[in-house]
Amino acid sequence: MTKIKRTALNAVVKELGGRMVEFAGWEMPVQFSGIVDEHNTVRTSAGLFDVSHMGEIEFKGPDAFAAVQRLVCNDVSRMSIGQAMYAGLLYPNGTFVDDLLVHKIADDHYMLCVNAANCDKDFTWVNENTSGDVEVLNTSLETAQLALQGPKARKVLQKITPVDLSTIKYYWFTHGTVAGVDNLMIAATGYTGERGYEIYVPNEHAEHVFREIMKAGEEFGVKPVGLGARDTLRLEAGMMLYGNDIDDTTTAYEANLAWIIKLEAGDFIGRGALVKQLEEGLTRRLVGFEMVGAGIPRHGYDIHSDGAKVGYVTSGTKAPFLKKAIGLGYVPLALTELDTQLDIMIRNQGVKAKVIPTPFYRRPRTKKKTS
Amino acid sequence: MIPKHLEYSVSHEWLDPKTGKVGITDDAQEQLGDMVFVEFPEVGSEFAKDERFGSVESVKAVSDCYMPVGGKIVAINEDLLEAPETINQDPYEKGWLVQIEIADPLEVDELMNYKDYEQFVKEEAGEH
Repeated sequence: MTKIKRTALNAVVKELGGRMVEFAGWEMPVQFSGIVDEHNTVRTSAGLFDVSHMGEIEFKGPDAFAAVQRLVCNDVSRMSIGQAMYAGLLYPNGTFVDDLLVHKIADDHYMLCVNAANCDKDFTWVNENTSGDVEVLNTSLETAQLALQGPKARKVLQKITPVDLSTIKYYWFTHGTVAGVDNLMIAATGYTGERGYEIYVPNEHAEHVFREIMKAGEEFGVKPVGLGARDTLRLEAGMMLYGNDIDDTTTAYEANLAWIIKLEAGDFIGRGALVKQLEEGLTRRLVGFEMVGAGIPRHGYDIHSDGAKVGYVTSGTKAPFLKKAIGLGYVPLALTELDTQLDIMIRNQGVKAKVIPTPFYRRPRTKKKTS
Repeated sequence: MIPKHLEYSVSHEWLDPKTGKVGITDDAQEQLGDMVFVEFPEVGSEFAKDERFGSVESVKAVSDCYMPVGGKIVAINEDLLEAPETINQDPYEKGWLVQIEIADPLEVDELMNYKDYEQFVKEEAGEH
């Protein structure tokens, strides 16, 4: 057993009443005021998360672009400096090593934000599959990450930064001062279905920045949020969780992630298998469903149709904002049409569900300004 | 506050020996978090001591409920079907789960009183 790791925010989240659990080798807060309350705070105001367990892997050098493009299935050549992009890190058979965000910091400098549980595996994988004039660094342990998410996130953060946050478009980032700490990476990214920011902070400044955001957020009712609500928020928003919805047995096409596969991006690892899968046709696909009968779907439950097992649930919960029981699961292609009836096997009994569109939740759009 | 008139099991159910009502303790609901679903047994069904009779689900997880003593289910708390969060708000009164007819009163003696349960909770917390 390796020693459980603690983030730079361990003391402050405990002080704020975080109930700590082990997650991916880290001691992390699973909840503070309660998952439902935290979830709805993010939907209606804003919440602050310690997501320092997330991994950061940097590529630096003249061949950084070529190295990253070889590793991920999305098109890195389309990225501008200051842009972030969701992508898959794939095995040669087209299944996932991990899913991640690529950040283009400079022409010769990229940063991948990866899942905590996969960080060591990813680092080994990218090193084994990287050649040329590029340095690969795992900066995870020195880097804290704070996520401020929700409709009030911009107003809160704007109070403590001179950076004009309205200029950071969704899935772009910049570097600037936050709470007096210079040169922090501020990204308009997130994993909740709300607009918000992910801020990368060197460990030694993390607690200060966290406290200043909480203070700035007081008038907006900002609360600390744990991993429990992070999971329910991302599920409502139809976002994938590695280890649940995608893993080393599923491909991006099966997971409805065709939009992150850019076959024209070059010979990335896994491309051949994806092309072959496309030619042969999919046999199954991930769908969203909602329960019609009483019960809550959970990861690992079987899905039946006409009395036979046809698939399995990858994620499920009682969605705190939508207030209905929802889930994701893999089913044969013939059962992916909207309104198709499925039986979710809950404690050996089939409970009715129907296929519905994802994402389950879309944030309400404010009127677009003409600019 | 742990009520003095109830008896407690190691799996954190409480039993009111007078009324036969069974629920989960405040400590249990606190650990499980926001309740969203209760799975009830059939009224009239019989279970042995420590046998699973149903489950409660929080947003995060499913947790089985076990009989503190053997008995027959004579009523279920139907209010929880609409408002499972009552278990969080009032675990010892309005948040009761089922009412049982106790099969063997001697089994009640094997449960913990409130003092022993308080100590038990402390010891469990210390193990983490």
